[in-house]
Amino acid sequence: MNSAWVPPSQPDDFVFDAESETAITIVLKKYPVERKASAVMPLLYIAQKQMSRCTGSAWVPLQAMNEIAKRLEIAPIRVYEVASFYTMFNKRPIGRYHLQVCTTTPCWLRGSDEIVSACRRETGINHFGETSADGLFTLTEVECLGACANAPILQVDDDFYEDMDSESVQKLIAELRDGRRPAPGPRVDRLNSAPEGGRKTLLTVSTPVDEQ
Amino acid sequence: MVRVIVDGTPVEVLPGSSVLQACEAAGKEIPRFCYHERLSVAGNCRMCLVEVARAPKLVASCGFPVADGMEVFTDTEVVRRARRSVMEFLLINHPLDCPICDQGGECDLQDQAYGYGSGFSRYQEEKRAVTDKNLGPLIKTVMTRCIQCSRCVRFCTEIAGTPELGLVSRGENAEITTYVEKALSSELSGNLIDVCPVGALTAKPIAFHARSWEYKKTDSIDVMDALGTNIQIHARGGEVMRIVPRVNDAVNEEWLSDKGRFSFDGLKKKRLDQPWVRVNGDLVPVTWKDAFIALACRLKDISAERIGAIAGDLCDVESLCALKDLFTAFGSSNFDCRQDGAWYDMSSRSGYLFNSGITGIDQADALLLVGSMPRHEAPVLNARIRKRFLESGREKFPVGVVGTLTADLTYPVEMLGAGPDVLERLLDGTHSFADVLKKAQRPMIIMGHAALVRADAPKIYNLCKQLAESYGALTSEWNGLNVLHTAASRVGGLDIGFLPGAQGLSTEAMLRGGVEVLWLLGADDIPIDLIPSETFVVYQGHHGDCAASRANIIFPGAAYTEKSATYVNMAGYVQQAFRAVFAPGEAREDWRIIRAFSEVLGHTLPYDTLEQLRARMADVNPIFAIDDEDKARYLPHQSTVSTMIDESITLLDTPFQPIIQDYYLTNSISRASQTMAECSAACRLRTVE
Repeated sequence: MNSAWVPPSQPDDFVFDAESETAITIVLKKYPVERKASAVMPLLYIAQKQMSRCTGSAWVPLQAMNEIAKRLEIAPIRVYEVASFYTMFNKRPIGRYHLQVCTTTPCWLRGSDEIVSACRRETGINHFGETSADGLFTLTEVECLGACANAPILQVDDDFYEDMDSESVQKLIAELRDGRRPAPGPRVDRLNSAPEGGRKTLLTVSTPVDEQ
Repeated sequence: MVRVIVDGTPVEVLPGSSVLQACEAAGKEIPRFCYHERLSVAGNCRMCLVEVARAPKLVASCGFPVADGMEVFTDTEVVRRARRSVMEFLLINHPLDCPICDQGGECDLQDQAYGYGSGFSRYQEEKRAVTDKNLGPLIKTVMTRCIQCSRCVRFCTEIAGTPELGLVSRGENAEITTYVEKALSSELSGNLIDVCPVGALTAKPIAFHARSWEYKKTDSIDVMDALGTNIQIHARGGEVMRIVPRVNDAVNEEWLSDKGRFSFDGLKKKRLDQPWVRVNGDLVPVTWKDAFIALACRLKDISAERIGAIAGDLCDVESLCALKDLFTAFGSSNFDCRQDGAWYDMSSRSGYLFNSGITGIDQADALLLVGSMPRHEAPVLNARIRKRFLESGREKFPVGVVGTLTADLTYPVEMLGAGPDVLERLLDGTHSFADVLKKAQRPMIIMGHAALVRADAPKIYNLCKQLAESYGALTSEWNGLNVLHTAASRVGGLDIGFLPGAQGLSTEAMLRGGVEVLWLLGADDIPIDLIPSETFVVYQGHHGDCAASRANIIFPGAAYTEKSATYVNMAGYVQQAFRAVFAPGEAREDWRIIRAFSEVLGHTLPYDTLEQLRARMADVNPIFAIDDEDKARYLPHQSTVSTMIDESITLLDTPFQPIIQDYYLTNSISRASQTMAECSAACRLRTVE
């Protein structure tokens, strides 16, 4: 049963800061004035970014949605509809780091269960959707992130940490806890999606036919 | 025209029609949930799937445009199988609670499950349940029953113009909600109940009161505003259980205002069910005979010009005609149907009508509202204006408002000014909105009663008329000068000539002690305190409202649901209502009371039956004899009142004052209604927030 949606305690007000205003100006330029309602998703994202920047928790409070509705001259419910449809907009406060584990088939086959349990162990979180007691981490189960060649994936905020295993999760979370953000990408010896341990094909350069 | 073949039957439909419309034109029934004629097409229920020749798969007929020579099959095995599957999906999460559902018996889902469903369920898994929402005092929600057709969302957004409902979340968790829980703010929210194809949105005030097949259904006319909304009264065991709208495209399409739909519980409270006579300061219940004799004695030896009558806003034409005849027989011409003392141009019938007709709104291309607040004065009419705004598109239907607004009109307006001085500037072209009116082909001016109840009303009317003349609103095929009435009885009263004669006194003069005996026919919205203590007040009506407590004699009358009666709406349509239930106790139909009393008085009125009375009405004004409403509207009208506009009247500086302070409490019935009181409280709460 889906329970009654209880709005989390909301900030008293929400005002876009200068950095967001700059971003909004750029976004609104992309749409004709009478179609500016189309900018609802970029604006929600800008609001979530600002919350992350200012409060350390990337989420979209109601006041931000109302402010966006006012700017785009649409009814607030139209913004709520969009925000609630997309899982990447957080409707309630989350931890400093948003741990998003992909559990779709390729990642699962490559051991996403191990990633999930490592995340739980390291952060003390019991279930998906929860925030750790120290308020640093929120663990979310997500569907395919589209990086199956590097499965399993752990997405932290906007960054993909790829080819994870139990140890690398442990190391990553320890570093995040220390306030460092390691470079995203594969955790094993490979470049992007190239084979592990270097190239396996095209090792010799063949001479073009006309040069023979 | 486009030629389409539906199941072998060729039909011709307009280009741009949908396949569903073509199928209907061919007489084929297409099941549907999300599709509604008056709403935009959503195409999300998939129930209307049909087979189109050479199409790779079934198409949703509601959103698929016709093409010339298209062959449609609505009853093939593939279509039947598809419908069964769609039904199965829709029923997956739908509870099997039809026996306790208020929609049961008139439920689209129930009917179509019988017609097109498979008869059993293969679903073994857990069903989902959805939390019910609190949408205010009128709409009860059982959201688990919702099939997410989104009709309610589209109704709120498009027709009502108060986008508060939405479909939030996705997939399994999708639900209809206001997101942040709040009561709906629309005056048309009751229509959501009709629009909802399942039992998700039902009427809260009458939840679990009756089943749809138990009702005795009677056609009637709504009297809560002057639009004359066509309604059907559903009664059971002599009690009105609910009121629903009837379809009439020339008046209300298929909508009904919340006050018209839900104020009927006021008909069961504070009713006058026996005659009363005040003896030594206290009201004493008496028999009809005694009450008549008491009044006849009081009227003895009174000169005719010392008695007067004021008619209220809910009166039918029959009672007005009878009371006028009685007074005329007595020799008095002190009668007035204008409680608010409004001024009308009585030189022709078009002086006080909504001349464009309600359908005329659909053709207008500019609108000027003068002292009018249609959202509260006639919500369904306001929805029609909004519909015009939506159809014409952005910037194509400019609306100017002279006056102050007490609520958002649900369409963009330009505020031109608060007082009548703006009209002068519009007339001499110095106001920017004058250019807008000039450009319009069919400009429309709507005068509200905020303009007509003022001392300078004749001058304002004259200005509006000049505006209409100079900006092409009065041509041979277009009359764009309209009066927006708020009282259901008003146009009928003016038509029957319930107005003071040459020497007669108006409402104001009668109230201020101009008469010794004052007969109030359902007149509750008058300043009662103005009546001097020595005036003998007769109150004939159905509610123990403020006027009844002042009365010396009370004649209990019938409310609009309890009499066969004639009403004339603001556009001049003469409409008949039928009796749904009997009046309580000793209360009688108003014209019968007047007829019976006339005999006691010795001025017996020459009609014994409703037919004879209606023949008399037709004598007074031929419009009551004409069936063709459109023709009746343009009949020449004999006026009893001089309408010479006094040029000495000057415009007042004061701004227009809104005449409706609280939409939910405007007459004796709605003031007695518990539901309306709750709505009013919810509305006040919203204003405070």
